[in-house]
Amino acid sequence: MVKQAAAGRPNHLFRNLNSKIASIPMILVATVIFLGGTIWTVFYSFTNSRLLPRLSFVGIEQYERLWASSRWIISIQNLAIYGILSLIFSLVIGFMLAALMDQKIRFENTFRTIFLYPFALSFIVTGLVWQWVLNPEFGVQSVVRSLGWTSFSFDPLYNPQIVIYGILIAALWQGTGLVMCLMLAGLRGIDEDIWKAARVDGIPMWRTYLFVVIPMMRPVFVTTLVIIASGIVKVYDLVVAQTSGGPGNASEVPAKYVYDYMFQAQNLGQGFAASTMMLLTVAIIIIPWAYLEFGGRKRG
Amino acid sequence: MNSNVSITNPSVSIRDLSLSFGAVSVLQNLDLDIRDGEFLVLLGSSGCGKSTLLNCIAGLLEPTDGQIFIKEKNVTWEEPKDRGIGMVFQSYALYPQMTVEKNLSFGLRVAKVPKEEIDKRVARAAEILQIGPLLKRKPAELSGGQRQRVAIGRALVRDVDVFLFDEPLSNLDAKLRSELRVEIKRLHQSLKNTMIYVTHDQIEALTLADRIAIMKSGVIQQLDDPIHIYNRPKNLFVAGFIGSPSMNFLRGELAEEGGRVVFRTHGVNFSLDRYDAAEPLRAGRKVVLGVRPEHITVDGKTGGETHEAVVDIEEPMGADNLLWLKHAGHTLSVRIGGARRYAVGSKVELSFDMSLASLFDAETEDRI
Amino acid sequence: MADIGTLNRTAAGFDAVADRVASGPRGRRPRRALSPRNIMLYGTLFVAALYYLLPLYVMVVTSLKGMPEIRMGNIFSPPMEITFEPWVKAWAEACTGLNCDGLSRGFWNSVRILVPSVVVSIAVASVSGYSLANWRFKGSELFFSILIIGAFIPYQVMIYPVVIVLRELGVYGTLTGLVIVHTIFGMPILTLLFRNYFASLPVELFKAARIDGAGFWSIYFRIMLPMALPIFVVAMILQVTGIWNDFLFGVVFTRPDTYPMTVQLNNIVNSVQGVKEYNVNMAATLLTGAVPLIVYFVSGRLFVRGIAAGAVKG
Repeated sequence: MVKQAAAGRPNHLFRNLNSKIASIPMILVATVIFLGGTIWTVFYSFTNSRLLPRLSFVGIEQYERLWASSRWIISIQNLAIYGILSLIFSLVIGFMLAALMDQKIRFENTFRTIFLYPFALSFIVTGLVWQWVLNPEFGVQSVVRSLGWTSFSFDPLYNPQIVIYGILIAALWQGTGLVMCLMLAGLRGIDEDIWKAARVDGIPMWRTYLFVVIPMMRPVFVTTLVIIASGIVKVYDLVVAQTSGGPGNASEVPAKYVYDYMFQAQNLGQGFAASTMMLLTVAIIIIPWAYLEFGGRKRG
Repeated sequence: MNSNVSITNPSVSIRDLSLSFGAVSVLQNLDLDIRDGEFLVLLGSSGCGKSTLLNCIAGLLEPTDGQIFIKEKNVTWEEPKDRGIGMVFQSYALYPQMTVEKNLSFGLRVAKVPKEEIDKRVARAAEILQIGPLLKRKPAELSGGQRQRVAIGRALVRDVDVFLFDEPLSNLDAKLRSELRVEIKRLHQSLKNTMIYVTHDQIEALTLADRIAIMKSGVIQQLDDPIHIYNRPKNLFVAGFIGSPSMNFLRGELAEEGGRVVFRTHGVNFSLDRYDAAEPLRAGRKVVLGVRPEHITVDGKTGGETHEAVVDIEEPMGADNLLWLKHAGHTLSVRIGGARRYAVGSKVELSFDMSLASLFDAETEDRI
Repeated sequence: MADIGTLNRTAAGFDAVADRVASGPRGRRPRRALSPRNIMLYGTLFVAALYYLLPLYVMVVTSLKGMPEIRMGNIFSPPMEITFEPWVKAWAEACTGLNCDGLSRGFWNSVRILVPSVVVSIAVASVSGYSLANWRFKGSELFFSILIIGAFIPYQVMIYPVVIVLRELGVYGTLTGLVIVHTIFGMPILTLLFRNYFASLPVELFKAARIDGAGFWSIYFRIMLPMALPIFVVAMILQVTGIWNDFLFGVVFTRPDTYPMTVQLNNIVNSVQGVKEYNVNMAATLLTGAVPLIVYFVSGRLFVRGIAAGAVKG
């Protein structure tokens, strides 16, 4: 602060100098890594870089190859199935659990602790546990068969048709606790008087939830949706641990495609193109939300 | 049993009502009868149990013990919707995603009331409350006063005998509050329903109520009409709670002077000849004398007993002028006409209107 | 109206009251503990709790069984003979395909990564958050917006440029490099956390300190830091679990001999050579999950606060 005074009329650049110095890491991360890195990746996705980035442009050739690749198509299909189902189920299960937890129940803390602990675990741990639970030789399938239902078949991790559902089960186990927590916080934010008014009006509980409470929780739903969705696009570790993309390439996902092409197949251009597609997916989710969230705030 | 009960054919009766959350007792053996068409105000500071009592009447809270009758029917175990009540909340509690019209009709539609009947009732409520032009709007597009009108309308369409108001004006600014206060009074005069109204605002209580129940720690301190509450407070708490600025309290004792019992504080005697005592006054009793600021006359030509005091602070308030005076070790507030001004430090003569004063036992704090 | 008080106290009315109090519903509505509603409510919660607890249970019992028992029985049956052999093996002997010294190497690698990463990332982010909350300058909000939007960009998009930057700095593949990576990608959420916290403190405090002549750093160290302890704890919970659970950065930015525990675990369990030892695998999985689980169970409500704030990172 003495520095500012000594300069007489403070120079624009030196105003708040300490604050600017302290913010250098943040500014560097924001501009160089987040902004610069993203632009760099998009830029190099139009080159035919292989082991090292090279500036030889090939137009949209990488994208053509990407969309011609069956592995990428499977990745996208998987992401779509996994994404849609995981959105629906985590919202529905998360909200139902939160609604049950909101009934002034006993042992609320115990139940919350149980529902949320998987969220503390890594995707690697989650994937490995469910790999074991879903093991057809020893896991759920064999247990059900040993109970007498010998034709019972549930081996998602070894069946290319349904492998993505196996991953979905694990992901829901890991993530619904978080959704429940967010929803519960939303429910607790609803004015107590609304519930009282509905009771005086004689509106049954399910109708109050459906027609009054859920519409009121729209912002919570939107935020939760964005959080789940941006997590879905990033899904990687879970697949690596649970199936390594198999059987065959039946459970491949885009994030894994990117990693494999960048760091193992030494085909950087493909990796960049694929990651640009991921960026596009996120942008499609984020931009409308950001517009609603921040555009709306300015208005009102 | 409390004595302030039992009216023949009451609209709402509360019998021996208690409610406790665990070890904390909120209401204690409360009895209350409310007449048909009466406007009863439950008044008290926060945490006194007034809202809890209202929620018990509505059926939103279960009492630990006791009974509630509405229209002579025991409704203690009834659901709120079956009690024949409508309720208005402090936060309005309108359903934010529905239009005003839907807000009014939602409960009726759920109860499967015929469409024509719903339309009729909504139209009537809209007319009474003058919210006709707002029917297609959503609550977010309404002002606070309009929202509260809709909230009242929601109680109105239920076509019930008893209206419950839970601090309905507390979220409004001062000007709107006084406007809506008048409207609620007008509504009561035209509908003639029983209304139970919870507030912490004494002005609302005094202006609206047929009777006021002043509550403290879950017990009704006094149940009476506003005039009696104001002029004949039953105990020190009620006396101090009602009135702004607060009643002047002088601690002293009863003494004898020339064969008469007088009030004595700091060696100064006050004649009690005109005081209307409920029991014989005995010398030696420690008491508190309460006199409202407007019941002390400054430099009046009353000819009676006067006391000299010194002006300490003057607070001109427009219509009134409030003087803070030093007298015999006490600070007294006195309300005089706004045009009369006194310099700080000047000496004045005070005369106390003992016929409107209150005398309380210093121990029990009850009125003598 | 004035005479209501006396009218009320008629003896007849009093008797009628005494009559009515005695009969009819009174007090709480009688309620069966096993009402259909409660059976549905607690039944559903119980079944859900079972689904969430089952994997943990399976992990524990599997890790305590011997391999012959696993091959015979089902995964849900409790161990007939408890053995800690798998735990010892998982910790000290399990093979990854590259080496056979168990998870212990990964554990210590993770600790070496965790401690400096947590300290550096929180230090940097708390100062940034403080700058943003109390010492705004032209453009500071813009940089912050970029940072927050960046939190939603998949890591895969930015990961290669980071590789290049680290290579240029000569720290690619080193511990320092990974600490930098964790600091970078932890920055959005941590900065947001600290910025919002500092902004919620009364601004008068900051103004008073400035009038007293305190500058940027002395306000930070003497006033803000002591008041921000709870948020530091939340940030620590967030970072400890986040960095411990990281897999992607571990794979990309370290070399096999400095792989963190998650990578090591995955390599042990999913290594293709040799006979699968499920009990050892589960013991290893439990060992890796132990650190965040302990943080979770110890921190309780603070964890909830942390993830609510950190959910963006997920």
